[in-house]
Amino acid sequence: MSGQIPAPKGYLEIENLKKSFTVRGERLEVLRGVSLSVEEGDIFGVIGLSGAGKSTLARCVNRLETPDSGSVVVGGVDMLRLSARELNRERQRIGMIFQQFNLFESKTVYQNIAYPLRVRGLRKDEIDRGVREAAEVVGLSDKLPAYPAGLSGGEKQRVGIARALANRPDVLLSDEATSSLDPRTTLSILELLKDVNRAFGVTILLITHEMDAVKYACRNMAVLENGVISERGVTRDVFSNPNSSTGKMFMRVYAEMREEYTEGGGI
Amino acid sequence: MSLLNTPFWEVLKASFAPEVWAEILPAAFDTLYMTLVASAITLVFGFALGVAITVTRRDGLLPAATFNAAAGWLINCFRSLPQMIMIILMIPVARLVFGRSYGMNSCIIALAASCVPMYARIVESSLLEISKGKIEAAKSMGSGNLRIIFRVLLPETLPSLIRGFTVAVVAIISMSALAGNFGAGGIGDIAVRFGFQRFRHEVLFACVYVLVVIVQAVQFAGDTASKLILKKRRLI
Ligand SMILES: Nc1ncnc2c1ncn2[C@@H]1O[C@H](COP(=O)(O)OP(=O)(O)O)[C@@H](O)[C@H]1O
Ligand SMILES: [Mg+2]
Repeated sequence: MSGQIPAPKGYLEIENLKKSFTVRGERLEVLRGVSLSVEEGDIFGVIGLSGAGKSTLARCVNRLETPDSGSVVVGGVDMLRLSARELNRERQRIGMIFQQFNLFESKTVYQNIAYPLRVRGLRKDEIDRGVREAAEVVGLSDKLPAYPAGLSGGEKQRVGIARALANRPDVLLSDEATSSLDPRTTLSILELLKDVNRAFGVTILLITHEMDAVKYACRNMAVLENGVISERGVTRDVFSNPNSSTGKMFMRVYAEMREEYTEGGGI
Repeated sequence: MSLLNTPFWEVLKASFAPEVWAEILPAAFDTLYMTLVASAITLVFGFALGVAITVTRRDGLLPAATFNAAAGWLINCFRSLPQMIMIILMIPVARLVFGRSYGMNSCIIALAASCVPMYARIVESSLLEISKGKIEAAKSMGSGNLRIIFRVLLPETLPSLIRGFTVAVVAIISMSALAGNFGAGGIGDIAVRFGFQRFRHEVLFACVYVLVVIVQAVQFAGDTASKLILKKRRLI
């Protein structure tokens, strides 16, 4: 069962996705019918406040979380109708990067990037080639023998990106990938994501609470609020004319921050 | 030579006498032998059991509620027995296995019965130290569960696993001294027979030296190994 669905609208198609958690007997509805359509090769931003359910949404895409109902279709494959083995194969086409990097501290940069290639069962020389290519893309060729703990935050995220890209995935899920980095490093990581998007055509779902990140990197975006998408569209339009309360609130905070930064001499 | 009628310094001097060590050394090797074999058994079975009860937890890699509850209950049962009672309980088991209820091999059964469950719990707490994010990262790459266990979970927690094993070995050494009273021989046996029953306190002193040296050596080895790994990974 490959779960083929004819003529998908977008490359990444999420429909009426619902997910709730039960915490100490209380039902917490986190996603209450989220629908999204991401074009192939797009960088699509999902913005929302902390606790809005952004991570849950991302984790439903590669099935780290199993939704209660709805559908997630990636490149024509229904992610919710896969056996464990098929799911693992599909996950190799969907890279993921994290706010906390989640690198393996027991492994060198080389071994970290090699991990997904080993999962795929490649030969030693293929792994070596894959690791070196991915390291080259993120500009870390000279750090291959280093251990992650000795790297800066930006370098760690570069390793995370190389590891996520090593298998040349079609989709990259970025869950707050720049949220623990300083502004300058954030910019360089976003620049890198735009580069790999251009170079490999990888579709990126960029999840963040940072306005700047979306504004800088995303062509299209959506606002996640109260478990539903309250606003979506071309980034420029959403920014210039927000409709939802979160959208408006974001814009106001954004404007205030800009003022403060300018008063304080800028960043 | 007793402390009751001899000055402390005299007893101390006598404890380094060659005749004392002629009695002590064979016993020390017996203790080492028991410790070594029991540690090996503890490492293999305690480790496997520890991994099993960790990954079968409800939020684990391979959830198996019934197995987890049963194994946890059994471990707690064994763990609730004081070492002395465990030694007595294992006497009939040893008779069944080795045909006699005394001697070093019989003692090793009691040591293992006591320390395997203990080390399993230590392993569990070490493995739980891993951040969930690393496991999720591996999952997001399509990694199978066995690979996650052996290539992520164990290597990431190795320094902690080593330190935990050091604790287990030290416990085995102290328990093997206790088992000496019950026909296992070794340092514990010498300490009780000479030091307690015959008031030969210089022998008791020598026993203390041996135990202290062995425990210090084990602790040093464990600390060094785990520190070297952390250094290599640039974590300290
Ligand atoms: N595994 C879980 N169990 C219980 N509650 C969860 C779980 N994952 C997320 N939540 C809850 O769901 C809500 C949304 O979380 P999350 O998706 O992480 O938000 P965001 O990434 O937007 O900050 C939070 O209130 C969080 O506490
Ligand atoms: Mg989040």
